Amino acid sequence: MEITTKSFSLGDKIFDVVNYIIMIVLAIITLYPFLYVLAVSLNDPFDTIKGGIVLLPRVFTLDNYKEIFNYPLIGQATLISILRTVIGTATSVLSTAIVAYVLSRKDFFARRSMTALFVITMYVGGGLVPEFLLIRSLGLMNNFLVYILPGLINPFNLIVMKAFIEGIPIELQESAMLDGANDFVIFFKVVLPLCLPVLATIALFVAVGHWNSWFDTYLYCGGNKNLTTLQYELQKILANATASSTTIDYYSTLDPTRTMKVTPQSLRMAMTIVTTLPIIVVYPFLQKYFIKGMTLGAVKE
Amino acid sequence: MLLPFVIWLIIFRYLPLWGWITAFQNYKPGIPIFQQQWVGLKYFKEMFNDPEFYLVMRNTLAMSLLGLIFGFPLPILLALFINEIRNESFKRTVQTISYLPHFVSWVIVASIVHAMLASDGVINYLLVQIGLIQEPILFLGEPRYFWWIVVFADLWKELGWNTIIYLAAIADVNPALYEAAEIDGAGRFKKMRYITLPCIMPVVTVILILSIGNIINIGYERQFLLRTPAVREVSEVIDLYALDYGIRAGRFSFGTAASMFKSVISLILVFSANRLSKRVSDYRIF
Repeated sequence: MEITTKSFSLGDKIFDVVNYIIMIVLAIITLYPFLYVLAVSLNDPFDTIKGGIVLLPRVFTLDNYKEIFNYPLIGQATLISILRTVIGTATSVLSTAIVAYVLSRKDFFARRSMTALFVITMYVGGGLVPEFLLIRSLGLMNNFLVYILPGLINPFNLIVMKAFIEGIPIELQESAMLDGANDFVIFFKVVLPLCLPVLATIALFVAVGHWNSWFDTYLYCGGNKNLTTLQYELQKILANATASSTTIDYYSTLDPTRTMKVTPQSLRMAMTIVTTLPIIVVYPFLQKYFIKGMTLGAVKE
Repeated sequence: MLLPFVIWLIIFRYLPLWGWITAFQNYKPGIPIFQQQWVGLKYFKEMFNDPEFYLVMRNTLAMSLLGLIFGFPLPILLALFINEIRNESFKRTVQTISYLPHFVSWVIVASIVHAMLASDGVINYLLVQIGLIQEPILFLGEPRYFWWIVVFADLWKELGWNTIIYLAAIADVNPALYEAAEIDGAGRFKKMRYITLPCIMPVVTVILILSIGNIINIGYERQFLLRTPAVREVSEVIDLYALDYGIRAGRFSFGTAASMFKSVISLILVFSANRLSKRVSDYRIF
């Protein structure tokens, strides 16, 4: 405490000023790209082409956002994105908790070997093509389950959770056992409630992962319009923009009978904002859990 | 209760390893795995004779090493400076902001990068305005910029996030050390250099070794999303190679060989890195 109250030398003050400037510049660099995208998404698309948008929209319009609602599949994509995030997170967290609990039980005979079986998969995986062949032979192509099943348990989360459960005083479980509680009751009534902080953290990471993933849609459900996700739709727009420098190709993928009020670029910017929004909105409120999760992992490492 | 999950584990995590034998067969869909025609090392030979394979390895290593050169020291430096912020609420705000990009997907980051670097994007506009260039540059259409774009996009996304582990390590440094240094008249740079840095050195070593161990695990999302047809030659990495020539072309055995090659090299690297880590510091990951 004495350190903070004593007077600082001139050198110290200069250091502080420089440090603050560095940090502010860094914060600007981090946030600016989002603001730029927001500005473009709110600017008149044909005005954007002229260039020169830096921070604020020049010709304000909501057309880009209106156009998104006309974009085919947007409703379905939003629905599937939400469904996979909710169902995927719930199943994943519950499964991780169950396995972590079993592996934390000292009286479980295969405890060490089973833990190893899970941990090994952190370091060696089959790779892209064998996994693709597996999913195909399991008949999971174009199936909603392909979003849920392959990533059900993340070994890293499992270890974090197991370490947490092992940190709970064993007496709590023992006394419940003496009261005649069976394993299920102990798990749901004693262990799970005590795990809430770590459950919340893991749930957040899993949820963000689900919301952000697009490659599984691309690889396994690309042809199925009913299973598309927001991230994948955005990726498709992006791919169209990069593959053809001519915008004509792009327009042909949309309804040709409608006159286009927006450009692909502006539409993409609006879509980027819509897809990012859920993350940006929840992030400030939940960030302490995110950081807790990272440090939980760091301690383990 | 564990049983269903062990079955899940074996199916989704171990069967793909079993699937590696596909690399030694002439895989045709619809035939049981043991009735496939065995071809030995044919696909591996084909891969090692493919000039594009070496291009792919070059790209993988180049982007990994560039990523390491910038992505390894900068988070340490940033963590040291964040640690020096005296105002707690400003410190928390800086941290919160710098972690944010970690949570948005690569699709979004790629979309932003494409927009900012477009010919009507802000980067070209500013460069023209200050007179550095006359004509807008098509950054994503030029092979020589691609690696840098990938590396800097990654830096933007992960720099802040990667400071967390160092900040956690700094928080564990014994405050008595700083007090002793102050009595000896050490300034802030001296304390940073002679106390904070040496104290977090074990963590630094582990992270460096882990990153070296992961040098082939460069991923594919960034390259997949940022590439344009014009930069194909510099953007193809091993997973994309497996994807393009394995899955898209329907040559599954060849793709499996590429995937398997990557997994095996990665395993060797991670294990050697871990042994090395055990030797130089007492830290290891398993």
